[in-house]
Amino acid sequence: MELFSNLAIGFDIALSPYTLMLAVIGCFIGTIIGALPGLGPSNGVAILIPLTFTMGLDATSALVLMTSVYYGAMYGGRISSILLNIPGDEPALMTTLDGYPMAKAGRAGDALVLSGVASFVGAFLATVGLMLLAPMLAQVAFLFGPAEYFALYLLAFATLGGMASNNQAKAAIASCIGLGIAMIGVDNNSGLPRLTGGNMHLFDGIDFLVAIVGLFAIAEVFFFIESHGKNTSIGVKLEKVTIPVKDIMASGWTMLRSSVVGFIAGVLPGAGASLGSFLAYMSEKSIAGEKGGFGTGVPRGIAAPEAGNNAAAGGALVPMLTLGVPGSGTTAVLLALLMTLNITPGPMLFTERPEVVWGLIASLLIANFVLLLMNVPMVKIFVKVLSVPPWVLLPGVTMISFVGIYSLSGSYFDLLLMVGFGVLGYVLRKLDVPTVPIILGILLGGHMEDALRRAMVLSNGDWTFLFSSGISITLWIIAVVGFVAPMFLRNILKKPQRITD
Amino acid sequence: MTKRLFKALATSAILGLGATTAATAAECIAPANPGGGWDFTCRQIGKIMYDIGAVEKPIQVTNMAGAGGGLAFTHVVSERNDDADLIVAASSATSTRLAQNAYAGMTADQVRFVGAIGADPGVIVVAADSPYQSLNDLIEAVKADPGGIAFAGGSAVGGFDHLKPLMILQRAGVEDVKAVKYIGVDGGADAITQTVGGFTQAMSGDMSEIVGFLKSGDVRAIAVLTEERVPGFEDIPTAKEQGIDVVAVNWRGLYVPKGISDDDFQKWADRLQQVADSDEWKEAMAANGLAPFTKVGNDFQSYVDGVVSEIRALSKEIGVIQ
Repeated sequence: MELFSNLAIGFDIALSPYTLMLAVIGCFIGTIIGALPGLGPSNGVAILIPLTFTMGLDATSALVLMTSVYYGAMYGGRISSILLNIPGDEPALMTTLDGYPMAKAGRAGDALVLSGVASFVGAFLATVGLMLLAPMLAQVAFLFGPAEYFALYLLAFATLGGMASNNQAKAAIASCIGLGIAMIGVDNNSGLPRLTGGNMHLFDGIDFLVAIVGLFAIAEVFFFIESHGKNTSIGVKLEKVTIPVKDIMASGWTMLRSSVVGFIAGVLPGAGASLGSFLAYMSEKSIAGEKGGFGTGVPRGIAAPEAGNNAAAGGALVPMLTLGVPGSGTTAVLLALLMTLNITPGPMLFTERPEVVWGLIASLLIANFVLLLMNVPMVKIFVKVLSVPPWVLLPGVTMISFVGIYSLSGSYFDLLLMVGFGVLGYVLRKLDVPTVPIILGILLGGHMEDALRRAMVLSNGDWTFLFSSGISITLWIIAVVGFVAPMFLRNILKKPQRITD
Repeated sequence: MTKRLFKALATSAILGLGATTAATAAECIAPANPGGGWDFTCRQIGKIMYDIGAVEKPIQVTNMAGAGGGLAFTHVVSERNDDADLIVAASSATSTRLAQNAYAGMTADQVRFVGAIGADPGVIVVAADSPYQSLNDLIEAVKADPGGIAFAGGSAVGGFDHLKPLMILQRAGVEDVKAVKYIGVDGGADAITQTVGGFTQAMSGDMSEIVGFLKSGDVRAIAVLTEERVPGFEDIPTAKEQGIDVVAVNWRGLYVPKGISDDDFQKWADRLQQVADSDEWKEAMAANGLAPFTKVGNDFQSYVDGVVSEIRALSKEIGVIQ
């Protein structure tokens, strides 16, 4: 009963016309930010924070606006993944795997609607989960120590091998390159810089966004130049948008399962949306088996990562609100916003500031419905931005990428680095080495290493510490099975599919 | 076709607007990504300066993450040395890194520290169910088995959160401080979850990081590293009264470029003083667990110089730097 009275407080705040308007504006801006490569949700939200001050918004309104932008960006990321094969943000990376092939097969509209619905299911379930379980779930964070985190990341890497490419060795090389790049920067456990060549710009390591935009968007530009614009893969035509009822129905269970996986990944501090969408995709892929055709543009391959990453976005709010530990980059920015508004997230937030928490939850629910409306019937509006001819679009995308990346740290070094990654991406694609494992290596490798190093410090280098709890043993078993099983099954099953064209 | 092109351009123009700086507004560089203490300093101080009318236009916050603040420091020294409209967020972490020569040869006297208007008292906390009731219980446990106690903190190895327990143990006469384990995780709240979860025995951090967990009863603070007990947290004993004379606070303040005129320097010092005196700042401090700590102008510069040489000596002694 308490839940309903709390929700009533929340809706009372969130349903005022002004707040509602903020939610709609936030969703719209967020979707555009998400759709543009280089502008991820975290810098999108960061750029907009000053706006809330200039507008003189109170705490709740500011929070409503910013979380709408956050959820909107999580929705929007899929648009350029599907239409351009360039992930709009990190978590949308996995959506390129099936979304783009589907779009190329002339079903761009279906892919967008399906992924919009999947996003809705993921985000909606996560918001409900946040509402019902937040205080309880906060306890989960206490169960995860360095050994458990290491096992979790290992699980992600173990399934990577089975992930893609018609050449396993190339996928392995790609993930090793990613891991190597992840090592760059100041080592947290000794305070010493590694592989930086004394260059201060590299002390904090390489930002994922720089790598993503370089490997995908800039590499695409090089291909475009090489082919003089002919046979470019950019700019898939979008014809009529209809609702693919059959596909949505068929992937119903996928969405539910992926939402659960994504939500759990989001709740764990330090895992976040990218891991959520990755694990959701990989678990669905293994459930479907080789017959599922993952990687060729199947509906379930689109539904899984989208439900997963949106659920993770909601899940990431759990540790932020209850512990003050941001579960992802964007929630770190939201945390900053909260602190600036004199709200200290933590175990007492739910009891001390119920109007903030429940106002936020209610507005998330509202934002979700607004986003569903914006992203399904009105998806054409967003698509129009991206459906200009390639010779106009590509320079535009490049320009936005440069602005977006520059806004990360305000340094031209990142721009050079991005172009460097573009060259790398071009060469690798020529060699038929997949680029997705590289990003995952960068994204997860640093965390995995940190977890291992911390575990070793705590245990005096005793490696049995890694198997010292029920959680870590379970994760290890799943990881080993996930790694070994495909090797034995390969002879029985057909050749795995390629991930990119 | 042209309509579409126009739309695309308009969209990018709108998005670009947020990132560009108005030419005349003052700028505050937060040398970290949004979300941390430096970002908070810039945004909060910037907002209050505008609200109370100390500046005419809202202060533009730029995030320039990199090298633990080193990138922003180098940028200010080499490219903005005479920019009178520039302030940069700083804290104890800035002086610690300068002392440990972690900014690639940059030194503290290449900028002017204009003032600090609040400090986050250092704290040592244990989980609520921990057997250690006081700082001395913990110290005895370390003496008995230096490798048996692990600390977690939000800064990297050698950072301020790591130095705090080392300073305490050193004053308490522990010989082998290097054997004490420390893991640096992503922020104070994360360090607390590791400690409450039982993976580490104690957490070294700032008061602001533990406020929520203190209220919820998950952790117990066994020492605060200030001269006097902190208002609002009178039940937490200082390390000093437990016989360990260590004072370590994480001040929040600003530095400005070296090359600006004394008048401009004084202008920022005055503005900072105005913020310190404002009710808005008092409210912000209370909400974030900051204790009053106002030092502006030349007074603050000499304080920072003192801290830098102290930390340098200490870091050498305990082997963090050569």
